[in-house]
Amino acid sequence: MSNPVLVTSRLSKHFGGVTATDDVSITVNKFETHAVIGPNGAGKTTLVSQISGSLKPDGGKVFFNGRDITSMSVNRRALAGLARSFQITSLVMSMTVLDNVALAVQARSGHSFKFWKPARNIASIRQPAMQILETVGLAERADHKVSSLSHGERRQVEIAVALATDPDLLLLDEPMAGMGATESAAMVKLLKNLGKEKSILLVEHDMDAVFALADRISVLVYGRIIATGTPDEIRKDEAVLHAYLGEN
Amino acid sequence: MPPFIQTAKIPMDLTLLTIQFMNGLQLGVLLFMLAAGLSLTFGIMDLVNLAHGSFYMAGAFISASIIFWTGSFVWGVLLAIPLVGLLGLVTEFLVIRHLYSRSHLDHVLATFGIILVFDSLVHIFWGSNGISVPLPVWLDGQVEIFTGMVFPTFRLVIIITGLLMAVGLYILVNHTRLGMLIRAGASDRTMVSALGINIQLLFAMVFTLGAVLAAIAGMLIAPITEASIGMGGQIIITAFVVVVIGGVGSMKGAFVAAMLVGLIDTLGRSYLDDLFKLVMSPGAAETAAPAISAMAIYILMAAILAVRPQGLFPPKVR
Amino acid sequence: MSKPSSSAIITAIILLALAIIPVTASLTGQGFYLDLATRLVCLAIAAVSLNLILGIGGMASFGHAVFIGIGAYAVGIASYHATYGDFDLVATYSGLFQITLAVVLSALFALITGAISLRTKGVHFIMITMAFGQMMYYFFVSLDTYGGDDGLTIDVRSQFPLISFDNPLQLYLVSYVVLLISIFTVWKLANSRFGMVLKGAKANEDRMRAIGYNTYIYRLVAYVIAGAMCGLSGALLGNFTTFISPAMIDWTRSGELMFMVILGGAGTIIGPVIGAVIFVVVEHFLPIIMNLIKPGSGLYWHLPFGIILILAVLFARGGLMGLMSRGGDDE
Repeated sequence: MSNPVLVTSRLSKHFGGVTATDDVSITVNKFETHAVIGPNGAGKTTLVSQISGSLKPDGGKVFFNGRDITSMSVNRRALAGLARSFQITSLVMSMTVLDNVALAVQARSGHSFKFWKPARNIASIRQPAMQILETVGLAERADHKVSSLSHGERRQVEIAVALATDPDLLLLDEPMAGMGATESAAMVKLLKNLGKEKSILLVEHDMDAVFALADRISVLVYGRIIATGTPDEIRKDEAVLHAYLGEN
Repeated sequence: MPPFIQTAKIPMDLTLLTIQFMNGLQLGVLLFMLAAGLSLTFGIMDLVNLAHGSFYMAGAFISASIIFWTGSFVWGVLLAIPLVGLLGLVTEFLVIRHLYSRSHLDHVLATFGIILVFDSLVHIFWGSNGISVPLPVWLDGQVEIFTGMVFPTFRLVIIITGLLMAVGLYILVNHTRLGMLIRAGASDRTMVSALGINIQLLFAMVFTLGAVLAAIAGMLIAPITEASIGMGGQIIITAFVVVVIGGVGSMKGAFVAAMLVGLIDTLGRSYLDDLFKLVMSPGAAETAAPAISAMAIYILMAAILAVRPQGLFPPKVR
Repeated sequence: MSKPSSSAIITAIILLALAIIPVTASLTGQGFYLDLATRLVCLAIAAVSLNLILGIGGMASFGHAVFIGIGAYAVGIASYHATYGDFDLVATYSGLFQITLAVVLSALFALITGAISLRTKGVHFIMITMAFGQMMYYFFVSLDTYGGDDGLTIDVRSQFPLISFDNPLQLYLVSYVVLLISIFTVWKLANSRFGMVLKGAKANEDRMRAIGYNTYIYRLVAYVIAGAMCGLSGALLGNFTTFISPAMIDWTRSGELMFMVILGGAGTIIGPVIGAVIFVVVEHFLPIIMNLIKPGSGLYWHLPFGIILILAVLFARGGLMGLMSRGGDDE
């Protein structure tokens, strides 16, 4: 295997007496789609927060492109090439779709202490943003306010914004959350395409999507990784079957 | 200036230090009575209530009038409490209740409006001059707390009342059902509504409780200063400082911060120039000390927040 | 900006009225209205500056009047020492120096207090900005040299080549031009890349951080710009009233500035100016009207004013600009 893009090494986090993540070690290789699944309360959200930087781990380290980023702030991680999408759609609702994506393009173009020229007239930002909207299939909605979009479309904008930072790793937090069957299918198709040229850490509930997309899957239960392997290996894994069937 | 200052001639005298300490304590408990209500309404309802000081003022004026009618200080206080409680309920019902779902900016503007209304009403009913409130003889004297050290009886009463209030609040918050809801609300508002509690009633009760506490503080201070328009506006900022230092929603934080602010403010004003004279010329010390001591509590606040943006005792989870 | 034309028309009407009415009043010997307009324009500059952080950046500062005070005291103290000696460092009547001093000190104060305040959010931020304002209030009260509580009279106004602030019309016109520049500046800033980051951070800070923005720094820069701009308005206001006192920065003054911005329409370009017009007009004419109805009752004009304020919050969301041009570009 080539150099991994992301390595988490024995990440732990406790809230009071509750252990949210316990010794979680995961790697994402270049152009790999690595999915993390697990029942509710398994610590998936905590893991995402620790990787994206909004939560400091109690123990363990996060390496990104070979660099220790454990103590790096959220925004510096983003600039370093780690982009995330949010489980609950997190966009600037009062702005247009294009504005949202343009802000992300603007972020990677260096600092934004540019006080005079109207932001909406800057071709070097608007054009790449438009291209990304075409990639995710939202070009014709570019000038609509995000608040006027459907849920599925907003989820697509989430992905577009993450893509616009030109990341080395996409950290996707339940991109299918709340989607209907048709919307999910479209999202799976989109992610399938992205997966060819992006490294993706996919945290997801929707099993069909995970098994369709993932190169490897890790199963998180009660904060611990109980199994990691290809979709076929995971399907047959005793511990996983027990955890899922035994729970329900 | 309080009369007992003359009893001490030497600046760093222990007697004076003790008395200034007691004065700081007195300011501390008054601030606690104001800050407790503020902190609860911030913590539970997420309400920015600038008009909290208006209840402090209302308490002072209403009790003053009753004292003049009945001729009894105790009756004045006891009868004013339910009246102010009613005032709090009415204010909550007419205005505050409609603000919970609004932005902080809306809270600021609407409660600013309430201040203007309260100030005007006091102006109309009591005139623009302050009114001084007489103390009964048995409260007006001095008591000897240690041999050779006397302290005004009424100030001692304020301190004891304030401490009793703090104990009462402690029991209320930690050992009653209402207190359990208050604590739950301070850390997680959705949980309280999930418990199927009549949240509107809880909010109204907490608001009124805060208003009454503030009013009692106003009643207690009126005989020392006087009841005046604007008395609430001045002290409310200090109470904000207390809440911010202590941590929004924390009773323990409010108490610790109130004592800290009360003591630093009082002791700073009396001793800072002496301290400064140790390191600079007397002239420079006399210029610098008043400015620095006036700003001392704000500097304290800035220092604490620079290290702990959530205050000393932040509630556990948001 | 669903109807840019309607808000542009409102802007044009207001700014034209502010150009024509006071000048006409002055030329026809109604100097009083010129005074009212000068005060209005100075407050409007302060409100426009507050709008940059409050309306566009979402930072609910409750201590903005402190910058008016710093600006006014910078002028007053420089002028005082030019007259009475001492403190040679600042002792001058030069308007250019005084105004630079006002702007630089305001920016510096904004930088220091902003660096601390902006570490906090929400209720904390409101209270901390308020407390810093009150800190400066007590600081000025403790300055006996400059009159302490009683304030300081500015004997000699800022002096400029060609312009005289002693001429009320010239002072007004300068203030008016500064207002135009302020509005234009905030408008340019709001639509720049910097402004987009500010608006984004106001609406969704987590998202902005997740795409790589250090929102703290952008907010701090906006805070400093707004502080400096408001310091300028204070320098003008000091020249207008020729009297400065700690009362200028009492927290209720900051509340009034907030009132102007929010009631006029936070985040809109002309809203704060409308708010300032309403505030000055109400403050001046409400007591007069009340006295006509019942002689002597004008004294209590804060009562209806407070009730109007409460009702406005409860029933007129989004400010007057919001009511007039439904759906401005923010919320």
